[in-house]
Amino acid sequence: MKNQTSFIGQLLRSDLGSRIFFGLLLLTAVLIPTLNLLTPEGSALHVPIYTVTLLGKYMSYALLAIAVDLIWGYCGILSLGHTAFFALGGYAMGMYLMRQIGTRGVYGDPLLPDFMVFLNWKELPWFWQGMDLFWFAMLMVVVAPALLAYVFGWFAFRSRVTGVYLSIITQALTYALLLAFFRNEMGFGGNNGLTDFKDLLGFDLQARGTRIALFLTTALFLGIGYATCRFIIGSRLGRVVEAVRDAESRTRFIGYKVENVKLWLWTFSAILAGIAGALYVPQVGIINPGEFAPINSIEVVVWVAVGGRGTLYGAALGALVVNYAKSWFTAALPEVWLYALGALFVGVTLFLPQGIVGLVARIAAKRKAS
Amino acid sequence: MNVGRMLGQGQRSRAPKLDLSHNIILYLEDISVSFDGFKALNNLNLYIEAGELRCIIGPNGAGKTTMMDVITGKTRPDVGSAWFGQTVDLLTLREPEIAAAGIGRKFQKPTVFPSHTVFENLELAMAGDKSVWKTLFAKLSSEQLGRIDEVLRIIGLTERVDTLAGGLSHGQKQWLEIGMLLCQDPELLLVDEPVAGMTPQETEKTAELLTSLAGKHSVVVVEHDMAFVRSIARTVTVLHQGSVLAEGSMDQVQNDPKVIEVYLGD
Repeated sequence: MKNQTSFIGQLLRSDLGSRIFFGLLLLTAVLIPTLNLLTPEGSALHVPIYTVTLLGKYMSYALLAIAVDLIWGYCGILSLGHTAFFALGGYAMGMYLMRQIGTRGVYGDPLLPDFMVFLNWKELPWFWQGMDLFWFAMLMVVVAPALLAYVFGWFAFRSRVTGVYLSIITQALTYALLLAFFRNEMGFGGNNGLTDFKDLLGFDLQARGTRIALFLTTALFLGIGYATCRFIIGSRLGRVVEAVRDAESRTRFIGYKVENVKLWLWTFSAILAGIAGALYVPQVGIINPGEFAPINSIEVVVWVAVGGRGTLYGAALGALVVNYAKSWFTAALPEVWLYALGALFVGVTLFLPQGIVGLVARIAAKRKAS
Repeated sequence: MNVGRMLGQGQRSRAPKLDLSHNIILYLEDISVSFDGFKALNNLNLYIEAGELRCIIGPNGAGKTTMMDVITGKTRPDVGSAWFGQTVDLLTLREPEIAAAGIGRKFQKPTVFPSHTVFENLELAMAGDKSVWKTLFAKLSSEQLGRIDEVLRIIGLTERVDTLAGGLSHGQKQWLEIGMLLCQDPELLLVDEPVAGMTPQETEKTAELLTSLAGKHSVVVVEHDMAFVRSIARTVTVLHQGSVLAEGSMDQVQNDPKVIEVYLGD
């Protein structure tokens, strides 16, 4: 009856939404760099490198949105602090990039980043050790958010904190980190954060080739992240996760350790968010404590709600649509943006509980019926 | 595999094997539970024999549901002891461990997983290793598929196998929940008001099913429907104000003056 074959086979047979998602992702990954490289500047088909990087940034947001959808849409845990993990991953990448600057900084110190020289520090703090090694920094991209999520989740889920209370604590978590990272003494560059990056693995971050490589890497990780989430959701564990969302105590009474299920999923989601942050930072060229701001986390939830939660592809779509709208609004009518965002959320909650994806599905169903 | 071990938390090692050498599957002794001064259970003593079908009756607030909560680990008693067989101390275990040890529960309000199909509901309940890592890669064996087919036949939902559980009728949900219990294959089934909201035919079928389960499993049924209790019960326990008021056959209990006073008569 349920004949599961290989994972790849499962992926190919997956739902229409996922097929469209992978189709579009592949198309974007091929078309955008091609149009940038092979068309002359000024041609109508030319995609400027600015747009390539912008799309890369959106894709890292899409990965973050998928991470939030995984735990909110499928497990019912509304995290209002997921950018904490995103920012931690971003900081880990930023620390690596800072250490690559070397003597090219304003103060030319071979070891210490500029802000440490400015603060009159004499030596590198312990947690900056090893961050000049790419592999170690990438390990930290995963470990730092995972560790925070694990410890936080261990306490929260064991104490059976759920619903709005949990949401508030996640919000407090990211706010606490925001305040901590603002402090110069923390050793993460205070309110300026980390910036002035020069190169990554020896490649100039401003170069077109590097930018396209970052764009493609982001697309790759978005694809891998999506496929992994789909795999989890399609497994029996995925059905347990949804069972926890719908009837937590029932799940417990048939013998599942709900705390462990939540903790595992939560930590995995945090890792995805951390990776998204690490992909985001080299493309925007800066990471500062502003990324921890609670409003950012709430924005992610809005993306997911607008796209349609509990679908994964809806989350990715929402991230794209809302951020495109944000780019447009903040350029054309900057003062209106926050109101527009609020109105969007209220509107979606009232009229589109399933988001854009749900609306499309409803229209398609209606057309089929008539 | 370290992750697996960390997440798995070997439930087997913590729940010792059920020992029924004295032919008693459940011991509740001197159990008291109070909520804000209200004594939900007051010095409750109850013994269930292996393979027995026991009905528990009592007016609202007599402590029936609280008693189930204590047995399944949802509520911890203030004093008293609760043993599953000779070796399993229920008061030291959490809900999933108690479920793994072999106690299944059907809630008063039917709780199934509404956005899963009937099949998936049964699949999730299926006995086996329920640790995170194992569940991620779990596949149904042909033996388990056969078991699900069998349970579907017993609960009469073979036709609805791919229906979302949320779309079932009230009675069908009750049945599905019983089916989930069967898949879980517990030694002791706690069944809270199984026939509430059922049609007479459904009630009759439920009575048949529960009767057929006794012997192989031990079944404790909490029910208000007196006709139903009469049709299945061999031994009836009457709870009143958190302790046992009377125990015996339906006729004995119904003729007990204390029972008549608090429950049956007016």
